Amino acid sequence: MKSYREATARQRLAAMLDAGSFTEFLPPQLRVTSPHLHQLDAPVSFDDGVVVGSGLLAGRRVFVAAQEGSFMGGAVGEVHGAKLTGMLQRAVVEGVDAVLLLLETGGVRLHEANAGLIAVSEVMRAVLDARAAGVPVVALVGGSNGCFGGMGIVARCTDGVVISEEGRLAMSGPEVIETAGGVEEFDARDRALVWRVTGGKHRYLIGDAQEIVADDIDAFGAAALRLVDAARAAGTALTLEGLEAEHALLADRLARFGACDDPLEIWDGLGIAAPRQVPLLETDAFRELAAAHRLGVQP
Amino acid sequence: METLRFDLTGGTRSLAGAQLVGVVGSGNLEVLIEHQDLGGGCEVEISTAAHGFGTIWEAVVRDFHARWQLADARIAINDMGATPAVVSLRLDQAAELTTGSTGDAP
Repeated sequence: MKSYREATARQRLAAMLDAGSFTEFLPPQLRVTSPHLHQLDAPVSFDDGVVVGSGLLAGRRVFVAAQEGSFMGGAVGEVHGAKLTGMLQRAVVEGVDAVLLLLETGGVRLHEANAGLIAVSEVMRAVLDARAAGVPVVALVGGSNGCFGGMGIVARCTDGVVISEEGRLAMSGPEVIETAGGVEEFDARDRALVWRVTGGKHRYLIGDAQEIVADDIDAFGAAALRLVDAARAAGTALTLEGLEAEHALLADRLARFGACDDPLEIWDGLGIAAPRQVPLLETDAFRELAAAHRLGVQP
Repeated sequence: METLRFDLTGGTRSLAGAQLVGVVGSGNLEVLIEHQDLGGGCEVEISTAAHGFGTIWEAVVRDFHARWQLADARIAINDMGATPAVVSLRLDQAAELTTGSTGDAP
């Protein structure tokens, strides 16, 4: 068992893909670095914090991207975003079996301002274009920095999300909410609260993640392939019916739980008998418990 | 950012390919090492967020060269305040991966 959370972006790809199968696009030797960070006297990275390329996963030809959470929190700058977008576009041209996005990111790299914002919107469009072209796109969220901001939206634009209990997925991060709404609204230092709200178990229960796995690189890879197969079976393209079903789910969620102050109340509302036990369960036991209660399960 | 460059000579050990080790995170650095025909030289270029540590970088790099004696090697570093010990370990890691050996004690 190899920890996904503790691995770097490169270690995750090396451990997940079939041995020796990975070929990197725009490798660090090409030194395609941020054109903005120099002006701010900030350090650059030779891969601008994201590794993209092609490889085999259980013999299937996949394109992959892995964000490095330790470099500027995995934030998306102009080059970083262009690498993601270019990889997704090439995945369509080459008709690969799937695209896996190993996301660990705070969202837009604010140092790069509009260039970063535009980059994230281009990534969203590229994800939806790939799906429209029949290429399944799956997001994997299990790094210690979580997946937030615009990239949280990107994760939910994919065919499915694999998350671990330690993984976190949301739009605004805890500090952002506390800064904007005050500590009474959200105490970002309350780690148990942060994980109850943004963590993998809650995301799985309310239908934002479709697979939950232990913190293990192989488990992430296997779950990603299950979502790829499910997406191929169901159709990868967005449909009006699919969107309407999603909107109905969200409206129902808001109506039932919009007044809740804590996920514990939501879990109780989902019919879980002992919601306080949820954070304590191992992944397998949690998955068993969640099966009868979670939202967003395709009939 | 401060940029430093050291050109070392007299190395004999060659390396193959290119490797990137480490991450540009707080107290860490990335080291990109590549084979390049430099007439037997070993070139080390450092971009660091910590200003004013040129003499320490030079000592760390010269120690590394004494340990490894690399020839025709281009090393580029993006640093975010790594300590000398961390720098030495990353340099050794990069050299081990590209030479296929674990080096010699000085």
